[in-house]
Amino acid sequence: MIGIIDYGMGNLFSVSKALERIGIPYVISESPEELNNTKGVILPGVGAFKDAMARLRETNLDQFIHQYVDSGRPLLGICLGMQLLFEESEENGEFEGLGLLKGRIVHIPDRDANGERLKVPHMGWNKLHFHQDAPVLEGIEDGYVYFVHSYYADGVDEKALLASADYGVQVPAVVGQKNVSGMQFHPEKSSKTGMQLLTNFAKAMERSEDML
Amino acid sequence: MMTKRIIPCLDVKEGRVVKGIQFVELRDAGDPVELARVYDEQGADELVFLDISASVEGRKTMVDVVQAVASELAIPFTVGGGINALEDMKRILRAGADKVSLNTAAVNNPDLINEGAAFFGSQCIVIAIDAKYDESIGTWRVYTHGGRTPTERTVIDWAKEAVERGAGEILLTSMDEDGSKQGFDIALTKAVGDAVSVPVIASGGAGGAEHFLDVFTEAKADAALAASIFHYKETGVGEVKQFLRNAEVNVR
Repeated sequence: MIGIIDYGMGNLFSVSKALERIGIPYVISESPEELNNTKGVILPGVGAFKDAMARLRETNLDQFIHQYVDSGRPLLGICLGMQLLFEESEENGEFEGLGLLKGRIVHIPDRDANGERLKVPHMGWNKLHFHQDAPVLEGIEDGYVYFVHSYYADGVDEKALLASADYGVQVPAVVGQKNVSGMQFHPEKSSKTGMQLLTNFAKAMERSEDML
Repeated sequence: MMTKRIIPCLDVKEGRVVKGIQFVELRDAGDPVELARVYDEQGADELVFLDISASVEGRKTMVDVVQAVASELAIPFTVGGGINALEDMKRILRAGADKVSLNTAAVNNPDLINEGAAFFGSQCIVIAIDAKYDESIGTWRVYTHGGRTPTERTVIDWAKEAVERGAGEILLTSMDEDGSKQGFDIALTKAVGDAVSVPVIASGGAGGAEHFLDVFTEAKADAALAASIFHYKETGVGEVKQFLRNAEVNVR
């Protein structure tokens, strides 16, 4: 059973339907007790960093997430959910994140290194470049996934960078360190590649059963 | 780098796809979900559903269509037609659509763009513009009501204003080329693309794979939309993409 953390900022419908299609049982919940009865959790997210962190704090789900990660069970953040895993963000101010991964969320620059204009948001299908092997990347071949975002993670620890996409800057696309992982793009909207990534996460989750 | 997107567009009336779509293998060519699945398998990058229902009852069925498509498919899709208020956007986006496209309603009430972008984020808000060249003013004029009503707005200014108000994407249809099969309107697409900082989807005039190449290379469109050439199987999404790949255009 995967838990989908419902804190009022998520694309819960698409994520849950994607899990249904690949045959993974899930529960959508805002209750730490209920979410604690799972083998892995997904932190979705659409919207602004500040609002999302405020919601997590109001609901004490921020503490739950830390305890869950300490228990050794896997966590996957998607899109804004991935950005929340980092230390801080500059989106509309300076805001502290969950601090589970090292790095800072910054705005995608308006121009690339050659002065060519970059359209923001980074919206559409972009190719993943793989930095290291990881269970979550197993069997991913063509590696095109669907992105929609205006901010990206800067200063990500090299060891935590599993895959990136090139958009003027190196956009960390899949990050992971121990049981904490994140995807900047939307696997639930990334056709077969996205389904494979979610299946891989679910498989990794099953393997970590002993840790419960 | 980013790939160029190919986007088939489906017209939906009272919950059913209209225009004779010629896929012999289909059990039900009017079922939006079944057609969406065919296009997904062909490699479509996104889909646009245009609700052309005339009645309020017909529009309500669009929510069911959106839910069904979102349940079955893992590619992004946009819904346009009949979206006149923030409540309409909520209905469609909460049912599982990724974006809504606004046309006449946004021209009549531009604040709707700000409201939608503030509530859902710019990435959810597509502004569809129907453009027709007007010699008397030497530029393109915005038309509303499905191209029936000329407005006082010029396309370039309206596109810029829409983006300032929070539009995340422009779906640009050339009324001059629509249905011509002579190719997308390169000058129009390039002019709008140069004027705004968000992706531009070119629409109207696709007659073959070479037209997609032209609009991507010459007009620098980010995406291109077509309906009839895909529905009538004059060419497939996969064939267009292969053609583009051979011409070294980056596609998925």
